[in-house]
Amino acid sequence: MNGKGELAVSRRGVIVGGTSAVALASLPASGQERAQAQPSASMPPAAMPVAFEVNGAPVELTLDTRTTLLDALREHLKLTGTKKGCDHGQCGACTVIVNGQRINSCLSLAVQHQGDTVKTIEGLGTPANLHPMQAAFIKHDGYQCGYCTPGQICSAVAVLDEIKAGVPSHAQDDITAKPRVTSDELRERMSGNICRCGAYSNIAEAILETAGAKA
Amino acid sequence: MKSFTYERAKTPAEAAGSVAKASGAKFLAGGTNLLDLMKLEIETPTHLVDVQDIGLDTIEKTKDGGLRIGALVTNTALASDQRIRRDYGVLSRAIVAGASGQLRNKATTAGNLLQRTRCPYFYDTNMACNKRQPGSGCAAIQGYSRQLGVIGTSDSCIATYPGDMAIALRVLDATIATVKPDGATRTIAMADFHRLPGDTPQFDTVLERGELITHVDLPRPIGGQHVYRKVRDRASYAFALVSVAAVIQPDGKVRAAFGGMAPKPWRVEAGEAGLHEDPAAAMETIFSGARPTEDNAFKIPLAQRALASAVAQTRS
Ligand SMILES: Cc1cc2nc3c(=O)[nH]c(=O)nc-3n(C[C@H](O)[C@H](O)[C@H](O)COP(=O)(O)OP(=O)(O)OC[C@H]3O[C@@H](n4cnc5c(N)ncnc54)[C@H](O)[C@@H]3O)c2cc1C
Ligand code: SF4
Ligand code: FES
Ligand code: FES
Repeated sequence: MNGKGELAVSRRGVIVGGTSAVALASLPASGQERAQAQPSASMPPAAMPVAFEVNGAPVELTLDTRTTLLDALREHLKLTGTKKGCDHGQCGACTVIVNGQRINSCLSLAVQHQGDTVKTIEGLGTPANLHPMQAAFIKHDGYQCGYCTPGQICSAVAVLDEIKAGVPSHAQDDITAKPRVTSDELRERMSGNICRCGAYSNIAEAILETAGAKA
Repeated sequence: MKSFTYERAKTPAEAAGSVAKASGAKFLAGGTNLLDLMKLEIETPTHLVDVQDIGLDTIEKTKDGGLRIGALVTNTALASDQRIRRDYGVLSRAIVAGASGQLRNKATTAGNLLQRTRCPYFYDTNMACNKRQPGSGCAAIQGYSRQLGVIGTSDSCIATYPGDMAIALRVLDATIATVKPDGATRTIAMADFHRLPGDTPQFDTVLERGELITHVDLPRPIGGQHVYRKVRDRASYAFALVSVAAVIQPDGKVRAAFGGMAPKPWRVEAGEAGLHEDPAAAMETIFSGARPTEDNAFKIPLAQRALASAVAQTRS
C-alpha cells in the first residue's frame, strides 16, 4: 500500500507525524540523523548550577543547559533505572514523578527543575522492600525484557493518584463524573507508556490488583 | 541540540522584554514541543526564557460570567477544573483526547496553542519544507499527504495545525490575551490567532516577536451538549486525522469546529446555521474551496461522519 513518496520520508519522520505505532527498534536512527544535521557555528556550551531533590536526597549539579532531566539522572547521578527509549516523548520509558506528577524526563531540561522533588524507580522501592506496584508487576509477569518497566511502574503509581484526585480521562462517558479504577480507564491512562514486548494485559492486571489492594 | 543560555523570568513583562532583547530568544513553558524540536535542530534558539515563575497559573471567574485561564495552567489542571468540566465540557474532552497523561501534566495552555505542525516533512530535516526553511519548497505537496490539510492550505504549505485543545477553544469563541515587550496588551479572537500559510508558512500565528500569551478567556457558558470526537489511527496517544468539537443545543442548533483539516481550527459560522437541518449541504458550505490531495480526500466525508456521530451521541 506504499503511496507515492512514502518511501522518501524517513521512518522516523512518519513516526513523529504520529500515525504509526511507536517502534523502539527504529529509534537509534535518530541519533545518527542528529549527528548529520548541518554543522554551523553555534555558541559555546553554557553551564549552569541546579539543585533539586532526588529520592529524598538533595543533589547539586553544574550542567550544560542542554542536559535533560533524564540525562542528569542517568549520566550524572548514575540512576540508570529510568530508561531512554525514544528521547522524544513518544514511549514513556523515561517517566519519573516530579512534585507528585508523572512527566517524561526526556522532554524536560534539568535546569527547569531547580528546587523540585524528583522520584525515580530507585526511590519507589528496593529489592528487599518492594513498592506494592513493583511486587504486583512481578506477580503478574508485567514485563518481558523489562526495558519499559521502570517507566510503566512510575506511571502506574501516579495514575492511581490521578484517579484518586479526580483527574478525568478520555475513557469516561461522563466527563463531570469522578473517575473509577476500571481496566478501560487504566488502559487509556497508561497509553503514554509503550511496551515493545506487548506485556500490556499483565501490566493492566498488576495495576488493577494494586488499586484493589489499596482501596 | 544547539547550545543556548537560560534564564527564569519573574514577571510577564520581564519575560516579554527578555525575549525581545536577545535575538534568537524563545519562551520556554512545559518544553514538551520546543525541546523535541530543539533536539532535532528544527528550532535553534540561542537563549531560553523560562516562564514557569511568572504566575499566570490559575483559572479565575471574570465579571461577565466567563473564565480567565492563565497561560501557565497545565493541560491536566485545565481539563480537571470542575467549572470547565461542567460548563465547557468540550474543552476538557478535547484536552484529555490529546497526548498522554505524562505530557498533559507538563504541557501548558499557551504552549499547547503554539505547538507546531506534525507534517512528517517538517520533522525530517533532509526534506524541503517552507515552514522550517522558508523558500526551500514543500516536499509534502507531491509527497505522502494522508495526514495533511484539505482546506486553507496554499501552494507553499499544506500542513495542519495538529492540536486538540484549540479546536474546542474555537468552538467556544475563546479569546487570547497577550502582552508585548513595550507593555501594550491586546486581545486576539481564536478565529484570528492561527494564520493561513499563504506564501509565508513559517509564521503559524499572528503573535509578534516577544509577544507573550498571558491568558485565554472563555465567554460565559453557552449550555448545550458538548462533544469532542477524535478519529485517529490508534485509540489513544495519537494525533487526529480528523476531529470535531461540537456543541449541540436543545433546539438542535449545532456549533462545530474541525481539527486535522486545516492550518487552523476550521469553523465556518455561515455554514453552521444549516447543520441541524441539512448537514450535507452545510458541510459543503463549510468545506467549500477545499483542495484535498489524492491521499487525504477521505478526510472530508470522514469529517461529516465524525460530526454526524457526535450529534447522534447527544440524541441517544
Ligand atoms: C508524543 C507526543 C504526542 C502528542 N500528542 C498530542 C495530541 O494528540 N494532541 C495535542 O493537542 N497535542 C499533542 N502533543 C503536543 C503537546 O500538546 C504539546 O507539546 C504541548 O501542549 C506544548 O505545551 P508546552 O507548555 O510544553 O509548550 P513548550 O514546548 O514549552 O512551548 C511551545 C511553544 O510555545 C511558546 N510559548 C510557550 N508559552 C508561551 C507564552 N506564554 N507566550 C508565548 N509563547 C509561548 C514557546 O516559545 C514554544 O515556541 C503531543 C506531544 C508529543 C511529544
Ligand atoms: S506541508 Fe508545510 S510543513 Fe509540510 S513540508 Fe510542506 S511546507 Fe513544510
Ligand atoms: S524516552 Fe521515550 S518518552 Fe522519554
Ligand atoms: S518493552 Fe519489553 S517489557 Fe515492555
